[in-house]
Amino acid sequence: MTKPKKLINDPGQIVEEVIDGMVYASDGRLVRVPESAAVMRTAMPDEKVALLIGGGSGHEPMYSAYVGEGLADASVCGNIFAAPSPDIILNATRAVHRGRGVLYVYGNYAGDNMNFDIAAEMAADEGIEVTTVRVIDDVAAMPPARMDERRGIGGAFFQVKVAGAACSEASTLAEAAALVTSAQQNIRTLGVAMSPGSIPQTGSPTFVLGDDEIEIGLGVHGEAGVERGRMLPADQLVTAMAKRIMDDLPFRRGDRVALLLNSLGATTMMELMVANRCMRRLLDEAGVTVALTYSGPYFTCQEMAGFSLSLMRLDAVQEKLLRRPCWSLGYRC
Amino acid sequence: MSHSLDGAAVAAMLRSAAELVIAKEPVLTKADQAIGDGDHGIGMARGCKAALAALDGIGDATTPKAAFIAVGRAILASTGGAAGAVFGTFFQATGKAIAADSVDREGLAFAFDEGAKAVMTRGKAKPGDKTMLDAVLPAIESLRDGGDADFAVLGQRAAAAARRGAKATANMVAGTGRAKMLGQRAVGHPDPGALSVSFLFEGMAISLAGHGQ
Repeated sequence: MTKPKKLINDPGQIVEEVIDGMVYASDGRLVRVPESAAVMRTAMPDEKVALLIGGGSGHEPMYSAYVGEGLADASVCGNIFAAPSPDIILNATRAVHRGRGVLYVYGNYAGDNMNFDIAAEMAADEGIEVTTVRVIDDVAAMPPARMDERRGIGGAFFQVKVAGAACSEASTLAEAAALVTSAQQNIRTLGVAMSPGSIPQTGSPTFVLGDDEIEIGLGVHGEAGVERGRMLPADQLVTAMAKRIMDDLPFRRGDRVALLLNSLGATTMMELMVANRCMRRLLDEAGVTVALTYSGPYFTCQEMAGFSLSLMRLDAVQEKLLRRPCWSLGYRC
Repeated sequence: MSHSLDGAAVAAMLRSAAELVIAKEPVLTKADQAIGDGDHGIGMARGCKAALAALDGIGDATTPKAAFIAVGRAILASTGGAAGAVFGTFFQATGKAIAADSVDREGLAFAFDEGAKAVMTRGKAKPGDKTMLDAVLPAIESLRDGGDADFAVLGQRAAAAARRGAKATANMVAGTGRAKMLGQRAVGHPDPGALSVSFLFEGMAISLAGHGQ
């Protein structure tokens, strides 16, 4: 297999160069947290509950392209597919703290959990209150009873969006965290890979699939999923995925939802729209109303071909938070 | 014959451990590509290089506690990923458990055990979960049962125990970390973190073999 061509320089410098590129692309709205692999808003209101997000790099636009007004106040950038160190997280925590505490939102992975927890303890030693609400939306691996052990994948976008709005409006950290926890409990995602991404440092594919194979339930790190199947026509695949997602919460007749069709990198808008057509017909049949649709690359894994479907059950409060105006490089409304 | 290690000896031992892990980066990368995303070797090498720089910074006039804590801090700050938190926590907690200016076999076994306990608390992993613990715990046990042997012999035995422990992780189903999602599919491959432990102890043994002669 030939090595993929990537527009990079020194693989060891990618994260630093991406941060610089994002700061430039923001036209003054973002700055680097001094001496840290972290991006923050240039101007932050005083006395705001702060929102810090982050994780391994290589999933752009997640996480740093969701920093901005009405979204996250800062993002910490680990190396490619690796959690950021506690020192970076602590620096960013100090930088965004405005006296009302800091909310951490990130995907539920062992490495992220440990590093963010260590940072939260260090912050507590300095008198900074931190609350964490992890993303646990992947229905593939664990049964609903063990939801706390699930990974955070594409639905992280919903949780970050709600958290951004909640932290802009709430007057206390506890109030913001409660709103985000409510969102967390109502988000479900399932992903499928059709061809692997590759690791920028090595050029190696993250896993190998046969010509006619797909990987069901993959994570966003390029690690293999939990089950392999044969490639199917779009409608059959979407129908099978939708069933697993719908049954999990479960989503019921009369529910109002937000829908995210997330490309993992190489999957095109053409394909996402074919999938969306099927998904909407299924949801219509099930009596579920789609209030908001998002499609495109929201949480990627390099050039992986594949996509994830996310549903978030809405109540009036959550829908308002999703619709609240915001700005970031990756999403604005 | 040496039955205790002063700060300079511990610093030399940790330096040797870090150097061997750096040299084994390609082996660790390959192991992690099998059941992870292939970044374990890169991260460990980065952390161990930072550890070497930290040891340079404190020099030989150090204590066992300070040397372990310096290595732990450096790994924690620079590695990232699960490995940074786990190995950083391990060395930091080991250092915190040593009070005296020199450490004997029992003291070192006790300190490493405190390190392993801290890893279990932090990572919520337990023995048999196919993690670095499955290599660390046998090494600690070998040290604890070491009797009157000197550190040159103890180092060899601990390294052998860590190596056996790492090898045995190939037959385990992961109970934590990203490989957990692979279930049976990770069976047949050793845990990359456990391999790192075996290289760390092998590196320590190389230094200890020359110690006190």
